[in-house]
Amino acid sequence: MIDATGRPRSLLLLGGTSDIALAVAEAYAARTPGLRVTLAARPSARRDQASHRLEAAGCTVRPVDLEARSAESHEAAVRAAAEGGDVDVAVVAYGLLGDNERSWTDVAAGVELAEVNYVGPVAAGIALGALVRQQGHGVVVALSSVAGERPRRSNFVYGSTKAGFDAFYTGLGEALREHGGHVLVVRPGFVRSKMTEGLDPAPLATDPQSVAAAVLGAVDARKEQVWVPGTMRPVMSVLRHLPRPVFRRLPI
Amino acid sequence: MTALHPAAARRRLTGWGRTAPVVSEVAGVRTPDDVVALLSSDAPARGLLPRGLGRSYGDAAQNAGGLVLDMTGCDRVLTVDADGGFVRVEAGVDLDRLTRVLLPLGLWLPVVPGTRQVTVGGAIAADVHGKNHHVSGSFGDHVIDLDLVTPDGKLHTLTPDGPDAQLFWATVGGMGLTGVVVRATLACIRAETSYAVVETERCRDLDQLLERLAEGDDPSLPYSVAWFDAMARGSRLGRAVLTRGRLATLDDLPAKLARHPVRLPSTAGPSFPVVPGGLVNRASGLAFNELWFRKAPSRPTTGVHGIGAFFQPLDGVRDWNRVYGPRGFCQYQFVVPFAEVDAFRRAVRLIARSGRPSCLNVLKRMGPTNRGLISFPAPGWTLAVDLPVGPGLDELFRDLDDLVLAAGGRVYLAKDARMPEGHLERMYPRLEEFRAVRAAVDPDGILVSDLSRRLLDRP
Repeated sequence: MIDATGRPRSLLLLGGTSDIALAVAEAYAARTPGLRVTLAARPSARRDQASHRLEAAGCTVRPVDLEARSAESHEAAVRAAAEGGDVDVAVVAYGLLGDNERSWTDVAAGVELAEVNYVGPVAAGIALGALVRQQGHGVVVALSSVAGERPRRSNFVYGSTKAGFDAFYTGLGEALREHGGHVLVVRPGFVRSKMTEGLDPAPLATDPQSVAAAVLGAVDARKEQVWVPGTMRPVMSVLRHLPRPVFRRLPI
Repeated sequence: MTALHPAAARRRLTGWGRTAPVVSEVAGVRTPDDVVALLSSDAPARGLLPRGLGRSYGDAAQNAGGLVLDMTGCDRVLTVDADGGFVRVEAGVDLDRLTRVLLPLGLWLPVVPGTRQVTVGGAIAADVHGKNHHVSGSFGDHVIDLDLVTPDGKLHTLTPDGPDAQLFWATVGGMGLTGVVVRATLACIRAETSYAVVETERCRDLDQLLERLAEGDDPSLPYSVAWFDAMARGSRLGRAVLTRGRLATLDDLPAKLARHPVRLPSTAGPSFPVVPGGLVNRASGLAFNELWFRKAPSRPTTGVHGIGAFFQPLDGVRDWNRVYGPRGFCQYQFVVPFAEVDAFRRAVRLIARSGRPSCLNVLKRMGPTNRGLISFPAPGWTLAVDLPVGPGLDELFRDLDDLVLAAGGRVYLAKDARMPEGHLERMYPRLEEFRAVRAAVDPDGILVSDLSRRLLDRP
C-alpha cells in the first residue's frame, strides 16, 4: 500500500524498458529506499540495462517476461509481481509509435500497432483490475497520449490506439473506485525518449523525468488525469474544438 | 471481490488521519458469539481484523481486501459494581457511553485518552494513555480480565497474572493482532463530580516548560499535559501552556455547580463541514497557535472545568479531522528517555523549523512502562504533533525517526501511517516475543491489518 506520505513498497512496470516507466521507478526509489520493482518486458539486453539502472537507484529488481501481443503473458506478469506481496503501483508504459504512412497502408503494420497499443493494454488492465479488487487498493498509471485526444493526419493510427487506450483506462478507473483502486491516465505531449528518437520535437516537448514528476504529484493528489506539461491541457482543449478545415491547416 | 461474509458490505476505510484509503468487506458484529462463529468458519484470503471507532490515526484498523469486523454493535454494558468499583462490558462499548453510565454512580475510568470516541477493545489494543500516565499507567494496567477469541475460534479469559499472562500482555497494546477482544472487566475510580480542578500556566519557551515539568510532579495533581506552539521559532521556541489537574470533589465546587455535581459532557456537537483543500495552512496555523497561547492566562490560575472540556476538548466537534483537507494528516508521537532531553529539544526545533502548520501539539512526561509486549508508553518525554500531508513531509519524519532511534525512543503504532520497515525492531525490544505469541495463536496469519503488512509480516 502507498503509505500516508506517498511511498509505495512495490512497483510493477509493464513495458519495463520504457524511458518514462524507468523515470517513474527512479522517482519512487528516491522516496522508498529498497523499493521492490517487478520489471516486465521482453527478455533483451535492454531489459538487463534497465534492471541495472534501477538497481543502481537502490531498487530490488525482479525481471519477468512480457510479450505485448499475448494476453496470457500479461496475466502471468501480474501474477508474478503479486507473489512477493501487494503491488502498490503498476505502470502500463509500453507502446509503439510506428510509421504512420506504413501503418495506414499496410495491414500487418496497422494491426501490430493496434495490438501493442490497445489490445495488450486491455489484457493488462483486466489482469490489474482483478489484482486491485483482490487487494482492496492499488494504483494503475496508464501512459496515454495527447495524440488520442484528436486524430491528426500525421499520426492518426497511433492516435486511434491511444484514444482506445485512454477510454479503457478512464473507464477502468471508474470501475475500480469502489474496490479501492486508483487509475491515473497520463497524457503527455511529445516526450524526448527512445520512442521519439530522430523525430523533430513538437512544441511543448518534455522529457521522461518531467513526466515522472507529474505522475508522482498526480498520484499523491489522487488525480485521475494529468497532462504533461500542464499547459497541454488548455492547448488540447482548444485544438479539440477547432473546426476541421482550420485544424488540418495547422503545421502539426 | 465476492462477499467474504453474508452480512458484509464493501466499505472504504481510513484511519482518523484520512490517509491511505483502502476497501474492505466490513461485517457488523452484535455479540461475542458472532465473533466466535466468524473465526470458526473459513478464513478469508486476506485475513480479518476487528475495528472499533477508527480513531487510530494510521492504518492499524484497516485491512485492504480483507474482512473487517465492526465491533461497535457489540456494545452491552454487562455489570457495574459500584461497591466493588469495576465494570464489565462488551468490547464495542465506547468510553463516552461508559462515562455516562459510570459518572452518575460516582465512578469513572482510571485512564482516559484525549477522546471518548474509542471503544474498550480499541483502548486495550492500543493500550491508550492519558494525562495521568506518570501516576496511573495506561489503559491495560486497569483491565482486570478480558475475553479474547483467538483465530481458531476459541474463547480465552485472560488476566494480567494468570496462566495466559503472556497472551494478555501481547493483547494489551497488540493492535488487534492476537485475536478479537469481546469482553473486558475494568477497574474504576471514585469520582464525586464531573469536574476537574485545573491549574493553568504559560511557559515562555521550551526551557522553561521542561524545567517546570522536570521539577517533579505534584502528587495532588495527577493529570498534567502541556500544549505547545510547534510553529514559534527563535526565543519563543516551544512556548507552551501547561495544565495540571485533579478530579474535583464536592467541596471544590462553587455553590452553583454543587447543586448538580454530575453534569454529563454534551453529546457530540456540530459536525465539521467538508472544506475542499482544508483550512490548515501556515497562516491559519500561526494564528491558531497565537490565539491558543494568548487564551491562557498570563499568570498561573486555578479553575474548575467540566471533565469533557479538560480531558477531551475536541470531542465537541465531530469530524474535526476534515480540517486538514482531502490528503489528510499524520500524527507523529514519540517518547524518548528522560536523559535524552536534548534529543527532545532538537525534535521540537526540527518541527518548528520545517515551517509546517501544526496546531494540536502535546507534550508530557510518561511514567513507567507496563508488561505490554509492544505497548507504547515508556518512561520519558512524549510529544505528539499533527501535520497535514504535503510535499517533503516524509523527510521531516525521517529526520525525526533518526533522532528517536538514536535516543533509544519509540514511535506510537496507533498513530503511525508511514514508518519504514526495520525501525520497529529497534524501537520495541520485546517485538520478537510478540511475534512468537502471534505465531503461536495465529499460525496461519489470519489476523492482518495494513499496519501489520507494512511493519510486522514479512512477505
